[in-house]
Amino acid sequence: MTTASVTQNFQGSRSLPKWLAPTLLAVAILASFSINSALASSNPEATQLNLFAVALVAVITYSIGFYLASRIIEGQRKSADRLVTILVTGAFALAVVPLISLAWTVVERGAARFDIDFFTFSMRNVVGAGGGAYHAIIGTLEITGLATLISVPIGIMTAIYLVEYGRGALARAVTFFVDVMTGIPSIVAGLFAYAAFVVIFGPGVRMGVGGAIALSVLMIPVVIRATEEMLKIVPNELREASYALGVPKWLTVTKVVLPTALAGIATGVMIAIARIIGETAPLLIIAGFTASTNFNPFDERMMTLPVFVYTSYANQGSDAQTYIDRAWTGALVLMLIVMILNIIARLVSKYFSPKG
Amino acid sequence: MSSQAPVVKRRIGDLVFSNLAIGSGVAILVILAAVAIFLFAESVPAFLSEQDAAPDGFFAYVAPFLFGTVLASIIALLIATPLAIGIALYISHFAPRRLSQALGYSIDLLAAIPSVVYGLWGMLVLAPFLNPSYLWLNENFGWIPFFEGPVSATGRTMMTVGIVLAIMILPIMAALIREIFLQTPRLHEEAALALGATRWEVIKMAVLPFGKAGIISSAMLGLGRALGETMAVALVLSGSGVITFALLTSTNPNTIAANIALQFPESSGTYTSLLIATGLVLFAITMAINMLARWVISRRSEFSGAN
Repeated sequence: MTTASVTQNFQGSRSLPKWLAPTLLAVAILASFSINSALASSNPEATQLNLFAVALVAVITYSIGFYLASRIIEGQRKSADRLVTILVTGAFALAVVPLISLAWTVVERGAARFDIDFFTFSMRNVVGAGGGAYHAIIGTLEITGLATLISVPIGIMTAIYLVEYGRGALARAVTFFVDVMTGIPSIVAGLFAYAAFVVIFGPGVRMGVGGAIALSVLMIPVVIRATEEMLKIVPNELREASYALGVPKWLTVTKVVLPTALAGIATGVMIAIARIIGETAPLLIIAGFTASTNFNPFDERMMTLPVFVYTSYANQGSDAQTYIDRAWTGALVLMLIVMILNIIARLVSKYFSPKG
Repeated sequence: MSSQAPVVKRRIGDLVFSNLAIGSGVAILVILAAVAIFLFAESVPAFLSEQDAAPDGFFAYVAPFLFGTVLASIIALLIATPLAIGIALYISHFAPRRLSQALGYSIDLLAAIPSVVYGLWGMLVLAPFLNPSYLWLNENFGWIPFFEGPVSATGRTMMTVGIVLAIMILPIMAALIREIFLQTPRLHEEAALALGATRWEVIKMAVLPFGKAGIISSAMLGLGRALGETMAVALVLSGSGVITFALLTSTNPNTIAANIALQFPESSGTYTSLLIATGLVLFAITMAINMLARWVISRRSEFSGAN
């Protein structure tokens, strides 16, 4: 038996040469480039090369080539492993593409109207250019603030119930339905707030506070889940030490357990706010839309930023481009708020959570 | 001298606090019940009134929208499930350990983007970008009913909606599946590695069988999300009340949620009630799917060997 056949028998003992991957990549890019330019020259409608198509064909060619090379040199098992690695990495890369495209589009198109006027003017008496989202920003702050005021106490107390008190059937039911509640469609929350307000105020009601209630339905389960996780990781020794000193249970919870978990709870609340601040559908239904600033959430229609983005696009007036520009800038501001909330939340949990 | 049982002192603070906590827990159940009751109460006039908002009856009105909702969600699910499994595997088993948390965070960012922004992007960026490939699909695979012509000129089709919804439910599914993969008993994986398994064989033999129930229930939760998604559909699709399987044309069935969002601001009287009734249908379906999914997960965790 020759040495060559011996190494053949031990599958996987021979591995791919180091130069193979870069060479294959270069060949794949070159091949994709020439194929695409050949296609483009044969098609009179295509005026320029589609770079995305070039990249796509190159990646596919490279993956197939790499797999075949591994199959021939390393055997079936190793090559299957390599194929899966490529597929899994590809799935991840594919998911990042829309993220980058979205961020780029919103920044590029939103920059046009990202000026002082956008933050200081409402749309009252504005036709065409100018105007801003001052009224929408005020509405978003008030409605989100109210929703937070409603959700945080209920959310935290429910989490305390589940972690510190909950036993038996009621606790199991609450846990289950909190999970189910996270799946309520946002538009159903809006319809609920409308249906509840109609009973009190009559049909056709529009009110900022209704939006706050609809958002609370969506926010409460998020707050509960986040708080519950945080309370669960508070060490039991702390509770027991407190009981041993004769401290009553409610003081143990409020003075020992909650302060320990505070940073985590704050993080959870902020992520919950980031989650609901972009909700459009419930606010479209119960808070409505208007061109004027309204400071009173208990009276009449109230504009909010997500609804501003939607209506700017959906109800374009004359000089449509100015409306589309405002929609994109609104989207940019909304995304900036969400990102900033997320970043603050991460920083809080990084620097203020108890160590060890 | 009489023996006395130690008197438990009922502290007033304890009593108030524990009742507050229990009250909050009960409030959750009350809120959910209230959602169902109010929606039901407000949708009753749609069925009782003389002047009919829906001349052919409620079910004839809601059927196309229900069809559109389910169709869009199934497309989204078919695209998102394999991708979510891939992403979860990449983060839990393939990515460099030090990077995996940051990569997971970048996927979570997708979940933080407001749906109205997805809608704008899907309509103005993704739809025109995808349209050439729709033309290609129609030319070469037009004989499949799904790819029937005439192809929409704008790309604002059922297919685009499905893809946008897939992107939107991807992060939640990937996050859930990742958690389940990370629970795979360490010993199973190490045993497979010790027998000389490659990484793919470890996944095939230890990780995927363990995570199967979890993957199914994550897919169901993703489905629940897709069913209720409103603004992205309302912006991307110019839907109507038709029932068709053709995914690439410009006549598409709308979804329940998008139809409500589009019609509600201008509605009044029994038509409002009719829309609320369709909302009740949506609520019932998503609740059923969510409860089923959560039940599967909770049953799974009781038997899981992870702890």
